[in-house]
Order: sequence, then structure tokens, then C-alpha cells
Amino acid sequence: MAEHTAGSRAGKRRSTVPLTIGSGLLGLAVWVLLANSGIQGFPGPLEVAERAVTSIGDGTLFGDLFASLRRVLTGFVLGVALAVPVGFLMGWYPPVRGLIEPWLQFFRMVPPLAIIPLAIVLMGIGETPKIFVIFLASFLSSVVSTFQGVVSVDSTLINAARVLGAKDGRVFTGVVVPASTPFILVGMRIGLGASWATVVAAELIAAQEGLGYRMQQAQLYYDLPTIFVQLIVIGLVGLLMDRLLLLAERRLTSWQERR
Amino acid sequence: MSPVTPKIEFRDVSHGFDLGGETFAALDHVSLDIADGEFVTVVGPSGCGKSTLMNIAAGLLEPRDGQVLVDGRAVHGPSPQRGVIFQQYALFPWMTVRKNVEFGLKIAGVGAEERRRTAERFIDMVGLSDFADALPKTLSGGMKQRCAIARAYAVDPTILLMDEPFGALDALTRVQLQDRLLDTWSRERRTVLFITHDVDEAVYLANRVIVMAARPGRVHRVIDVDLPYPRTEDMRLSPEFAELRREVWHSVYHQPSPIERTSP
Ligand SMILES: Nc1ncnc2c1ncn2[C@@H]1O[C@H](COP(=O)(O)OP(=O)(O)OP(=O)(O)O)[C@@H](O)[C@H]1O
Ligand SMILES: [Mg+2]
Repeated sequence: MAEHTAGSRAGKRRSTVPLTIGSGLLGLAVWVLLANSGIQGFPGPLEVAERAVTSIGDGTLFGDLFASLRRVLTGFVLGVALAVPVGFLMGWYPPVRGLIEPWLQFFRMVPPLAIIPLAIVLMGIGETPKIFVIFLASFLSSVVSTFQGVVSVDSTLINAARVLGAKDGRVFTGVVVPASTPFILVGMRIGLGASWATVVAAELIAAQEGLGYRMQQAQLYYDLPTIFVQLIVIGLVGLLMDRLLLLAERRLTSWQERR
Repeated sequence: MSPVTPKIEFRDVSHGFDLGGETFAALDHVSLDIADGEFVTVVGPSGCGKSTLMNIAAGLLEPRDGQVLVDGRAVHGPSPQRGVIFQQYALFPWMTVRKNVEFGLKIAGVGAEERRRTAERFIDMVGLSDFADALPKTLSGGMKQRCAIARAYAVDPTILLMDEPFGALDALTRVQLQDRLLDTWSRERRTVLFITHDVDEAVYLANRVIVMAARPGRVHRVIDVDLPYPRTEDMRLSPEFAELRREVWHSVYHQPSPIERTSP
């Protein structure tokens, strides 16, 4: 019985592969059509592939990619590292929540990109303002979900630990932390997505290297193939990072009953 | 005061919940003595304060008035001496059966070796040996409840507080767990306070059945069950059992009218 369901589920998953391939082919066809429809300078797949090969060859593509990734990862790690303890404190101590929450709500309404002008004025045009903005983006999304995770811990689990003799510290490390891990990981995924979106936009505004900067340069020279290469790389890398975190999430929270 | 100190003593316990400005009386002057080694069941209509009573005994809730004494000492806060089995199982979903059962021992500072041995014994007792390394999500309701029972027993409490532990189970599993519970109880004579909706279950298990009334929650009647242990399936069919069941059912069904007519 179990084997049967497992088999049919695997079968279902396999059956989406042709659809995915078909979807890719269809997209490619639309692209070719658009390229041939006479839009000024609109490059076809081949032209873009050639440009990708040359920019891999001269090292600019990976140079830009690493510059962007370095910023994202620095800002993201800093943001999460601060968000997790702050989120726990907010969930565990109501006064802390009262003090911090109004500011969180406020800054959540301000898109991180809107902070860039201020950050540049205050921090110059080096790496700091860009990393700061990414830090802010990942902090805001992670802190809210960590906090949500802590306040939604099932109180019967906390009671179950207490009647087995657990004091506050043990309840926290033994119940609250593991029970809120799924929320934290979801927050991290959202945070990473927000960071990636933010870095590219930040580089459009002020940078000397990076995927966003390269697009900005290409725009000046009407260099559409380069813009396409950058866009595709941004999408693929974002997708890859998201999948990696999703995989980690599945691994770490496999104990959850999925509904 | 009686010459023998009761194991659990509810002294004039009252509790209310604030509901939009006014206080809802969940428990009103409940007094009840439970002797050491006694098996007491509590029945009553939904919302009559059974869980509230149990949470107070567990030390998870401070009563507004009155107090609960265990071995003559006032209860403040929970203690591993009073094991609790919750209606919703409350297993830690990220821990295997074994880890769940070991949790209380770990807190008590028991070494890894002994922890494992003790856990093994209780997992075996509830018949989950083949599932010791399974996660709760892979267990059936009855298996989860058995794991919860093993977890509570592992820290060797002298009192077991059980809040409708078998409420969500099918009839067959329920009867099996009832017999198993009585079996261990008659060997180890822990004091048990067992809450249930099920009149049959209340009579089958208990030395004494406490029938509660609602609005406000209070003790309505106390019915002694003078059936010998071990109790058997045949006993359920005996005229004495039928008579007791009728009596309990009657007092659950024919509740005294609510006292507080003033509140809506
Ligand atoms: N946290 C709470 N806040 C407000 N009211 C509560 C709270 N907990 C319980 N009550 C109220 O107190 C009364 C008694 O609740 P309790 O859970 O003890 O009932 P119960 O007898 O266990 O019911 P059931 O058999 O349905 O489990 C109920 O009417 C409920 O509405
Ligand atoms: Mg209840």
C-alpha cells in the first residue's frame, strides 16, 4: 500500500519533467519569434549564448557574479545573525516586542532600495552602503518570521516540557528553538530572495563591478545581448540559491507533519 | 483533618477567566481529597472546568482562590513528581519516540547509559519497541498516546494526571489502553486523576467517580465504585456495572441548574 502510493507519487513527479522541458522549448520559440519580429536590436538565443561565452572567456561574468554574491552573502549572513536573536527576544519577552515592533512595522513599509540614497550619503559609495541595504532587507524579513515562529510555538509542548521538569532555559533551548526552526528557515528563504533582488538594484545605482553594474553599463551602449546574459544569470543564480535553502529546509524540518 | 494526609487535596479551589471585562467562573469552591494510590476519574459536561482543575493540580495554572496540596504541601508550579498526559498527546515532533521518552530523564540529569536503559524499558512496556527510532508523525493516534504514557512514566511520577487521554481513539484501542493502564496501576499504585467524557470509561477504571457540574464548575456528586480489581471485560456486562453506569450517567445528564443566572 505504502509502496503503491510512493510509486504513484514518484510517477507524478516524473510526469512533470516533459512539461518543464516543453515549457522551456516554448519559451525559446517565443524568444526566437520576438527576435525575428524586427524589434530594434532584440538579440536571439544564439547571439546571447555567444556573448555569454565571450564574457566567461574574458572573466568579466564570473568576476561580476562573485562581486554580487559576496555582497549578498555578507549582508545576508549579518542580517540573519542579528535577526534570529532579536526575533527570539521579541517572542520570548513581550516588553522587547513592544519596543521593537513599531520600528519593524515602519521599516518594513520602506523598500530597502529607498534607503540607498541615505546610505550613500552617510556611508560613501564603497561596499558599505550596498552591504548595509542587503543586511537591512534580510534582517527585516528574517526577524519577523523568527518572531512569528516563537509566538506560535504550541503551548501544550511548552507545558509538556515544564511538567517533565524543564525550567525556562531548557524550555527555550529544548522546545522553542526547534519548534520555530521551520519559521526561521522560511524567513531565511524570503530574506535571501529579498537580498538578491536588492543587490542587483543597488549595483544599478552605484558600483564598479557586479551583475547590476554590468547591466547598467550595457544600457549605456545599447548592448542588449549583455543585458540578456546578466538577466539570465541573475535568475538562474537566484533560483539555485532558493533551491539550496529549500533543500536545507526540507532536511532540517523533515519531522514536520505536512498538510 | 483526617489522620492520613491525602495524596492530593483540593482546598476550596476557585478559578475564573477574564472574558471582556467580566469574570467567567470556571471553578467554584472545589474541595476534594484523593488518597495515596487511589484511581479517581472525573466526568462532567464539556466546559465544566475539568481541564482547568487538572492544570491547577499540575501546577500549570495558579488558582484565583484556594489551593492544591500534594503530600500536604502547597503546589506552586509543575513538578516531574506529577506526570501529566495531555489530550493532544503533546509529543515533541522533532524527537524520535526514544528521545521523547528520554527527555524528562535528561532534564533530571540522568546519564546517557541509564537514560537509554530506562527509556527502553518503558517503550517496551507500552509496546513500541519496534518504533523506538520513529518520529511521531509516523505513529497512529494510539501509538502517540502510548508514547506519551511512556514519557510520563519514565520520570517515575507518584501522581498521574490524565486529561481525556483516550478521547481521540477508536473503541478497540481505547479498551486495550484502559486495560494496560489498570494493569500497571495495580502493580505500581500510583495515584491517578483521570478526566474523561466517557461514562463507561469513568466507571470501569475508577475507585471513585467525581461528577462535575457546569456554570460554575463544581463537584456535583461523588460515586464510589465498589467493583473489585482486576476489572475484566465480563464485568462491563454485569448488572452492578450497569447500575453504576446508570447512576453516573444520570448525574451527568441531570445537572443542577446554573447558579449564576445574572451573567448572560
Ligand atoms: N484560557 C481561557 N480563557 C478563557 N476562558 C477559558 C480559558 N480556559 C478555559 N476557559 C473556560 O473555562 C471553562 C472550563 O474550561 P475547561 O477547559 O476546564 O473545560 P473542560 O471541562 O475541560 O471541557 P472539555 O470537556 O470540553 O475539555 C470553559 O467554559 C472555558 O470557556
Ligand atoms: Mg478539557
